[in-house]
Amino acid sequence: MSALETLAAVNITGNLGSIGYGLAAIGPGVGVGIIFGNGTQALARQPEAAGLIRSNQILGFVLCEALALIGLVMPFVYPVD
Amino acid sequence: MSADPTTVLAFETDCHIFDGCGFPAPGLHSFVFEPMFTLGGIEINKPMLLAVLSTVVVVGFFWAAFNKPKLVPGKLQMVAEAGYDFIRTGVVYETLGKREGKKYVPLMVSLFFFIWIMNLWAIIPFAQFPVVSVIGFPVALAAIVYVLWVSLTFKRHGFVGGWKNISGYDPSIGPALPFVMVIEIMSNLLIRPFTHAVRLFANMFAGHVLLLIFTIASWYLLNGIGIAYAGVSFVMVILMTAFELFIQALQAYVFVLLACNYIQGALAEHH
Repeated sequence: MSALETLAAVNITGNLGSIGYGLAAIGPGVGVGIIFGNGTQALARQPEAAGLIRSNQILGFVLCEALALIGLVMPFVYPVD
Repeated sequence: MSADPTTVLAFETDCHIFDGCGFPAPGLHSFVFEPMFTLGGIEINKPMLLAVLSTVVVVGFFWAAFNKPKLVPGKLQMVAEAGYDFIRTGVVYETLGKREGKKYVPLMVSLFFFIWIMNLWAIIPFAQFPVVSVIGFPVALAAIVYVLWVSLTFKRHGFVGGWKNISGYDPSIGPALPFVMVIEIMSNLLIRPFTHAVRLFANMFAGHVLLLIFTIASWYLLNGIGIAYAGVSFVMVILMTAFELFIQALQAYVFVLLACNYIQGALAEHH
């Protein structure tokens, strides 16, 4: 039985892609929080390193966010039709 | 009552809530464009036209600014110099160093401004389409960077040294070396170019879909009690446009930053 048939058998219907994105956003959510939390702490300890900290924050945020966005795009790659 | 949402724009129909037609949701069909005209045998559609316009804007701007450079710069030259220096000093020299980085500054400046102007079409009226949300454009740009850094690795370190660089070969790791090498090769040769392109694509794709949802909803809700919600939806359009302004510049900056990082990794000396 496919995943959709299994879910429909227990009366869960809806867009599997949206559920997939929701699951994909858990990890990057935690990751981005860690990046900016630690970055804020570092900024508080040493405000003169603001430029260095900010550029590292942006780099880390973007690498983390990529996974959430791939999760957003995958349901369009494999549409349910 | 309901027109086919794949061919007709939402505001051209009379489809509102409580009318019996469903919400004309945006989807992949919103990113497929019929050709507008044919030029020399090539069919031009909207993303292609906007990409050509981006090239014209970038080349025209820098030509006008640097055509007759003066020692004491005029206004246009000052702005262009600020933009050029932002990428040169802030990104290329930071990652690659001044000696190595000099060669790659023109490529990085061109990439940054080209991607940024292509992104900006998403919020400019009558255009309103981010060109990089057609997967071909970010794939091509990432492929340029990919070919560049792979050829640089092999040119700098030779054939064996190039594979050592790509696989992160370091005998002092010990027994974990085969796993590290497999992971590094997969990461460098397969996953990094993929995420490099898809990061840019997915950001602009998602931003455009969000703008589409709230804009179509503002039109769709204009019926009866829905008018209050249409106002809220329109406020969301404005907020998302402001957010998109920030994301467009950020994604262009990050594309160039990561391209410089990959080149720096290719040129890095063996420890």
